[in-house]
Amino acid sequence: MSEPLPVGHLLDEAILGEAVAAEAPSTAEYVLEAVSLHKRYGPTEVLRGLTFGVHRGDVKAILGPSGSGKSTLLRCLALLEPVDQGEVRIEGRRVGVREVGRGRLVPLPERVLAKERTEIGMVFQRFNLFPHLTALGNVMLGLVEVRGRRRAEARDIAGAMLERVGLAERRDFYPSELSGGQQQRVAIARALVMNPKVMLFDEPTSALDPELVGEVLAVMEELAREGMTMVAVTHELGFAQRAAHRVIMMDAGVILEEGAPEEILVRPTHERTRRFIDAVG
Amino acid sequence: MDFQPDIFVEALTSRALLQGVQVTIALTIVAMIAGLALGLLVALMRDHSSPLLRGVAWTYVWLFRGIPTLVLLLFVWNALPQLFPALKERWFSQFIAASIALSVNEAAYAAEIIRGGLLSVDEGQRVAARAIGLSPTKVFTKVIAPQVVRVTIPPLSNDFITMLKITSLAAFISLQELLSLTRTAVALNFRFAEYYAAAAIYYLVLVTILMVVQAWVERRFRWISQRAGGRSAAELVRQLAPMR
Repeated sequence: MSEPLPVGHLLDEAILGEAVAAEAPSTAEYVLEAVSLHKRYGPTEVLRGLTFGVHRGDVKAILGPSGSGKSTLLRCLALLEPVDQGEVRIEGRRVGVREVGRGRLVPLPERVLAKERTEIGMVFQRFNLFPHLTALGNVMLGLVEVRGRRRAEARDIAGAMLERVGLAERRDFYPSELSGGQQQRVAIARALVMNPKVMLFDEPTSALDPELVGEVLAVMEELAREGMTMVAVTHELGFAQRAAHRVIMMDAGVILEEGAPEEILVRPTHERTRRFIDAVG
Repeated sequence: MDFQPDIFVEALTSRALLQGVQVTIALTIVAMIAGLALGLLVALMRDHSSPLLRGVAWTYVWLFRGIPTLVLLLFVWNALPQLFPALKERWFSQFIAASIALSVNEAAYAAEIIRGGLLSVDEGQRVAARAIGLSPTKVFTKVIAPQVVRVTIPPLSNDFITMLKITSLAAFISLQELLSLTRTAVALNFRFAEYYAAAAIYYLVLVTILMVVQAWVERRFRWISQRAGGRSAAELVRQLAPMR
């Protein structure tokens, strides 16, 4: 790890607006829920009746070999891919589809889906920052174009958010001028600034040089401490151990087992899980 | 060698050539803008989910990239009024005919360039733009389009330069553009060398202007921060300072 990263208070009402979506843990209802999801690409069924949910303030780490459907699950939860069968629910409300007479469901038009997506933040393995915008521009885009904030206002909010992830001095730099770790922190700020109810992370450190992993995990762990609801697909067992409340082991499109980090990471019940953890850790 | 500089200067400053170059510029701009707009439409249709639209776009490119520009020009000017008598009216001028032919031709080339640009944008860009909740229109205008512009500037500039020169084909339908008026002048004074040289100079100047615009646009789409440049320069000075 390079220099220690000064990560500020991330879920600040002064930055994010009236109510911060992430609050104290409660077991009342799931913030985000998947009910027997099925998803196939051509002949292969990637998700095979997968069910799980995250409570407010929950941090869940998803482990699993490649091809086990982890990324597909996140993309379905983020409403980026339509599901073939099953439901995605946000705070108990079914999303992504609408009923057209006699209980027949069709995917919502992209324009409507776009609105529902703002409740979910997504961070990608390969950052996917917009190369034509500065760090500040990347974080501002959603505020201006989706939330309809005035530019000056959006600039202040985005600037404050970048400061919290330790990138105040890099705000006017373009993605090509930032390290991988810095780019990923901008990407986290870009998602966070929309004040989502849940943050989804799709292998956020897998594309990083080893020495840059720490700075991204530091931001994620701070978010977890502040009560953000998070689902992270990751191979970082250390992160799962330190920050996750629950660890999920996925295999072949279903959840193999779920439990507290110490159970899954130290005493997995399934042979498949044990072999995976040995291989990664 | 019979080349009289004073006649050359006279040609350069002649009213005829100045008028002709104005028509050439106007035709170039019209064909550039209309060709780009139509080309963008065709490019978007090329990879549309509807097979019908894809077929229409493919046919468009096949047809208008395949027909020689001069044939197209003569067809629009001479053949279309025969097919559609409404075009025999006065409003259907040589300028309009040339604008249509060149725009339609330019669009076929622009469509392929823009399509290449669209395909070059990483799929992750669209996904990330959708993930922050941008509407489909804004995904395109705010995220995809700027990246397409960047990669298509060099090939499109190249194309515009070709098109600028091809406007001279409009002399065949007696549009009073640069080449046409040069030929009229030469027919009277037989000073071929001086007048064609003057016309060539005009074309070179116009192409140079396009190249300057291209360089300017390319710089705007470089996506490097001023501060990064300034900082590294300042660092360089600081590094060099102890050596003095």
